Amino acid sequence: MDAIAEPVTQPVRLRGRSYLAFVLTPVVPIIEWLGDLDDTLRRSPGFFVGKPVVLDLSAVELSRSAITHLIVSLEKKNIRVLGIEGVDASLLTSTMPPALSGGRACAIAVAEPERPEVKPPVASLMLDSPVRSGQSVVFPDGDVTVLGSVGSGAEIVAGGSIHIYGTLRGRAMAGVNGNPSARIFCQRIEAELLAIDGYYQTAEELDAALRNRPAQAWLDGGIMRITPLT
Amino acid sequence: MAKVLVVTSGKGGVGKTTSTAAIGAALAQNGQKVVVVDFDVGLRNLDLVMGAERRVVFDLINVVQGVAKLSQALIRDKRLENLWLLPASQTRDKDALTEEGIGRVIAELRQSFDWVICDSPAGIERGAMLAMRFADEAVIVTNPEVSSVRDSDRIIGMLDSKTVKAETGERVEKHILIARYDAGRAARGEMLNIEDVLEILATPLLGIIPESQDILRGSNIGCPVTLNSPTSAAARAYTDATRRLLGETVPMLVPTERKGLINMLLGRRAA
Repeated sequence: MDAIAEPVTQPVRLRGRSYLAFVLTPVVPIIEWLGDLDDTLRRSPGFFVGKPVVLDLSAVELSRSAITHLIVSLEKKNIRVLGIEGVDASLLTSTMPPALSGGRACAIAVAEPERPEVKPPVASLMLDSPVRSGQSVVFPDGDVTVLGSVGSGAEIVAGGSIHIYGTLRGRAMAGVNGNPSARIFCQRIEAELLAIDGYYQTAEELDAALRNRPAQAWLDGGIMRITPLT
Repeated sequence: MAKVLVVTSGKGGVGKTTSTAAIGAALAQNGQKVVVVDFDVGLRNLDLVMGAERRVVFDLINVVQGVAKLSQALIRDKRLENLWLLPASQTRDKDALTEEGIGRVIAELRQSFDWVICDSPAGIERGAMLAMRFADEAVIVTNPEVSSVRDSDRIIGMLDSKTVKAETGERVEKHILIARYDAGRAARGEMLNIEDVLEILATPLLGIIPESQDILRGSNIGCPVTLNSPTSAAARAYTDATRRLLGETVPMLVPTERKGLINMLLGRRAA
């Protein structure tokens, strides 16, 4: 509801807007109601922090001092009252929140308290012994790390990158599930075949200057580049 | 507690049977009670190398099938009283071996011997698999050349996955035995050198056996080289390797080129 009031003499434009506020409706006995409120706050601490709260006093008959006392005890619970309704305006002083009227009920989307996000475990396979000739390691879910060499005639197939802390003498195929940013790293490259996301290069095409040095293989556009790591 | 040792390689002709006989004899000379078992059904050689080919009555297949008792098939060596041989069959083939039967035989052998040495056939099929299946330790015989090294790598992978010990989460203790090492060719770069072999295989070295005419002589007369010519370089290398198997620390000797006096004077190299 965007009502624009345009008084002729005032230079400041006043606009009307409607906002959604939580309404707390105390019931007798107030002490018990405050106890219930404490329970709610214990379960979801800080629920009302930063949220606009309106106090509906239509269910109770409070004197001015009682209203003041109630507002103070709510403030102590970190609940700041933005307005009061359901009470005669004469009972409110200028220091209290203003009187409100004409509020409409509407549905509140109850915000779930934020649970700490449980991150899914990073998929990574760690092999701490050499991969022997004839063995085949297939891990489409992520990276593969080998603490040792990969023998001639062995193969490693990974969905992510392949890290070999040793000599790669077999075949390495990275990024098999359509991951062109996967890379292959090794401390010595004597590979028989390297492939990233389907683009492959056999050993004959390896530059002689790359041999016996730490190297990485990566895709640059549609071309596999094999460069020294150091 | 008996130890089951498998002598295997993957590649054929590298020196498994020779090494089984040499190490078996050296262990027996050391006072251990040893049985050497030939798993190469159909192409048996261990009985020839041990000089027992004319005394074979019953063999491993007969025992597995229950036709003969183990005591009937075992052949005692004539030279060493605590060295025995369980030969393979020459008329049958590897399909006659069963895992359950071999398991029984090995269990029975464990009860009366200190060392059960299984001479594996070449390859990675049934015979080789059954030879390594019940092993506690393994000696992988490798020649310092590329095809042998790659095949040994494959066998090491199988020792880590297809043995009973590997399946129960334990490890088979592995050793590399480099056989037929020719120092002259290594110096000329025609053979892989020891560091390369060990780097590729990443397994501890048990010994380096030089290429030697004494080994061929021994096979032809049916006597393991450690018995036949115990002072030869090959025999000494096998003896050192056996001592390392028994847990002793023995400094590793890399065989060097041996030049005869005449050749040295005339500047020629030994063939």
